[in-house]
Amino acid sequence: MLADNRIKTVTSVAAAPADVPAKGRSLWRDAGRRFMANKAAMTSLIVLIGVVLFTIIGPFFAKWSIEKVDWSVVGNVLTAGAPSFETGHYFGTDEVGRDLYSRVIQGTQISLLVGLVGSAIAVVVGTIYGAVAGYFGGRLDSAMMRLVDIIYSIPYMFILILLLIVFGRSFIMLFVGIGLISWLGMSRVVRGQTLTLKNREFVEAAIATGSKPRDVIFRHIVPNLLGIVAIYATLLVPEMILLESFISFLGLGVQEPNTSLGALISEGAQTMQYGTYWQLAFPLVFFITILFTFFFVGDGLRDALDPKDR
Amino acid sequence: MAPVLTVKDLSVRFALHESVVTAVNNLNFTLEAGETLAVVGESGSGKSQAFLALMGLLAKNGSVSGQALLGDVDLLALSKTELNQYRGRDVAMIFQDPMTSLNPALRLKQQLAEVLVLHKGQDQKQAETSAIEMLERVGIPEPAKRANAYPHQLSGGMRQRVMIAMALLCQPKILIADEPTTALDVTVQAQMLDLFKTLTEDFGTSLVLITHDLGVVAGVADRMMVMYGGRPVEKGTVDDLFYDPRHPYTLGLLHSTPHIAKRAERLDPIQGMPPSLENLPKGCAFHPRCAFAFDRCLAERPALTQLENGREKACFHEGPMRYGKVA
Amino acid sequence: MNQTPVNLLEIRNVKKTFSISGGGFLSRPLTLTALEDINFTIRKGETLGIVGESGSGKSTLGRCILQLLSPDQGQVLWLGQDLTKLPAEEMRRRRQDLQIIFQDPLASLNPRMTVGEIIADPLRTLRPELSKEQRRERVLKTMAAVGLLPEMINRYPHEFSGGQAQRIGIARALVTEPKLIVCDEPVSALDVSIQAQILNLLAELKDAFGLTLIFISHNLSVVRHVSDRILVLYLGRIVELATGDEIYLDPRHPYTRALLTAVPIPDPKLARKRSIDGLKGEIPSPINPPSGCTFRTRCRFAEAQCAETRPPLETLESGRLVACLRWREIEAAEPIAGSA
Repeated sequence: MLADNRIKTVTSVAAAPADVPAKGRSLWRDAGRRFMANKAAMTSLIVLIGVVLFTIIGPFFAKWSIEKVDWSVVGNVLTAGAPSFETGHYFGTDEVGRDLYSRVIQGTQISLLVGLVGSAIAVVVGTIYGAVAGYFGGRLDSAMMRLVDIIYSIPYMFILILLLIVFGRSFIMLFVGIGLISWLGMSRVVRGQTLTLKNREFVEAAIATGSKPRDVIFRHIVPNLLGIVAIYATLLVPEMILLESFISFLGLGVQEPNTSLGALISEGAQTMQYGTYWQLAFPLVFFITILFTFFFVGDGLRDALDPKDR
Repeated sequence: MAPVLTVKDLSVRFALHESVVTAVNNLNFTLEAGETLAVVGESGSGKSQAFLALMGLLAKNGSVSGQALLGDVDLLALSKTELNQYRGRDVAMIFQDPMTSLNPALRLKQQLAEVLVLHKGQDQKQAETSAIEMLERVGIPEPAKRANAYPHQLSGGMRQRVMIAMALLCQPKILIADEPTTALDVTVQAQMLDLFKTLTEDFGTSLVLITHDLGVVAGVADRMMVMYGGRPVEKGTVDDLFYDPRHPYTLGLLHSTPHIAKRAERLDPIQGMPPSLENLPKGCAFHPRCAFAFDRCLAERPALTQLENGREKACFHEGPMRYGKVA
Repeated sequence: MNQTPVNLLEIRNVKKTFSISGGGFLSRPLTLTALEDINFTIRKGETLGIVGESGSGKSTLGRCILQLLSPDQGQVLWLGQDLTKLPAEEMRRRRQDLQIIFQDPLASLNPRMTVGEIIADPLRTLRPELSKEQRRERVLKTMAAVGLLPEMINRYPHEFSGGQAQRIGIARALVTEPKLIVCDEPVSALDVSIQAQILNLLAELKDAFGLTLIFISHNLSVVRHVSDRILVLYLGRIVELATGDEIYLDPRHPYTRALLTAVPIPDPKLARKRSIDGLKGEIPSPINPPSGCTFRTRCRFAEAQCAETRPPLETLESGRLVACLRWREIEAAEPIAGSA
């Protein structure tokens, strides 16, 4: 045991700075402070929260459901279906007379959900997969990364379309399809980072102090990866939203009467020529807002978590 | 004889998020022709920043005031383009890590020749020949062959030799070397120090050797300036400062340096650590670590005062210093 | 206390090679021999210094002893037990006795963990039977032993200076009460005044805890200051092993002689007087080492025989080792004055 009498022999004590705060400043808190100081990122975050709140609160003010057809507008969408408070169609109606306000809210919800789920799958699967491959290295690493290369090389759109056709168009299939590919990029990024981290002395120190491989990965490597994972995940959300929109644009996304921003934009684009511009404008505004804010938040995170002049 | 460089009231400040930090505070010194001046200090002493400022190489948030007279030209008053004429031609600087100053994509002879073409207006062919000659002078074997190599193909010691060759190409009046041997092995370090000695003698160049290693200073330098917390605390000839240090910090540094010939059971280090520039102690910046500090040191900052033999010190303590562990 | 010297560690015939890519896309991988024919013992309670230039294999040797790298061949006997043959799980538990301190104090601390978590980490894995309170108590005791204040326990590494960060690294190595600590250039990244503090701290801890130290450094002055015996490595081979005084006053190998003359002396008059001992050039590449004696390319005493025969590691009086064919002739021709 560490006997007290032995400790007494030690005389060289580090001089302590006079103002030692009891609680340390973690790197996360530093990053938080830097993020807050970034105006573009903070504004984007607030706007993004606003959009999310709108999708939650918005439905309470809706006068129409997503599928109810307003027969009074049918056939006269251009004039009767325009955005108006009197009719209760705040955003107007779509070509068949359904309330666009409700549909945009639902589309936004679904797009956000797709983005977040795709990104979450990437975070969990990609981080673990990449960290394991990078940490153990050698043959395991080669095998795991070649698998990623193979999946990458298959035209995923083709697979996705096949999946949706064979198993039918459903939410589950859409998530499966997006989940299948979303983690690939993440695993590569994480593996690369792990390779540099594992040569850092603190990882060697952990091994030298008897840590098990699992502990080394989850206690020492992964926490140091979280910065880059957070950045990448944030930037992945809009990417997933775009992917879903593209699928929906092709008409293979969520099934009617459900909708997503991609599907709404697709419909809006087709009817633009009749002058019902709002059918394109509203979903597009939400879509662009979400994409921009995510990109800015991701950029802000990158600046906050990865300052070059630390 | 007039000194080659006279620095007056040099201050270097850095603007941080919420405050301004003074890295170098009212530094005054002269550099004589052909002499080697060692600037000694620990991290945060301002020893590198002072000379980066002279070269116009401060970080973006840095600002400088004072005068640095090279002949009758004030380097600090020059515009960036004007300074470029002097940089490399009259004053050259080499760094601890030569890789940061060598362009990895250019062959050595291209990089070296570029300097001559720029400053001396030589044509390419002539410049390359002089470059190869200079490589030979700094002890690079097979210089004509090595001149075609890229920087990454050389060892650390060779790269540092190339840097010295490049710095001496225009035969500058002053060569500033910032920790030039710190990253090198002892055997290579010894070779480099020898090289500095012969080259400064051959070219009559004044050398400023910035280092934390007193072992390096002892063999090469004529005079030295010890810096602490952004200010010089003692100046004088190397012999005076090594054999008869008058500032407790100089004395402490000497006692902290292990000497191969003396195997002491314990070293007598200076207690505590170098102060942060953001939070310099009041009075004498060294007082919290000083074994000889008294009331006055806490309240007042000692100014640099003249002593015999041209030496200077900034300390209130008078009389002999008996060094050893304070009970 | 056991007064007779006990061999805590015995290194037998250790060899370590690395395979590195040949540079080109299809070129064959090259073999770099980092260590070869390494034989020596470490006695309980001593400090063994290992010196050598970069590329001499000194850090690789430290890591082979700790099994952070596994040697290609040879044995690392810890109290008679071969660590290279130990199953992973047993080796993991053995790490309680063998610890390491790193060169770059900040890089060796996990930036996301507090000081308390860092120092407690070895206890978590090696002493799982300890309760949280017991662990904390031991962390605080160890922090006190290395001169860290208890209120620093919740702070993060980046809030510390290099010297204090190195104290944290030492506390982590010390907390499991190891018998042997490998110090890999523990002071070379620190300020001069802090270096001396850390060297003193290590010496004090060694006495207080009865540690055995392996002190790896390129700085012969520092090694001489702390070590009982010094091992000189050149291109992955032992060229000389002797006590500090023997190495300094009576070096046998021309490389040791050359190293001694290259060491900077903080004494202007001595420094000006002496000339460096003709050690030309730099350490050759370990991918393609010279034949025979690997030092011959830089040795001013080298003869034809040095290129043909690899000098064996000779055991001399008092157990010192030297690997040079001509050391007797060299000593007769140019005796060392005794002291510089």
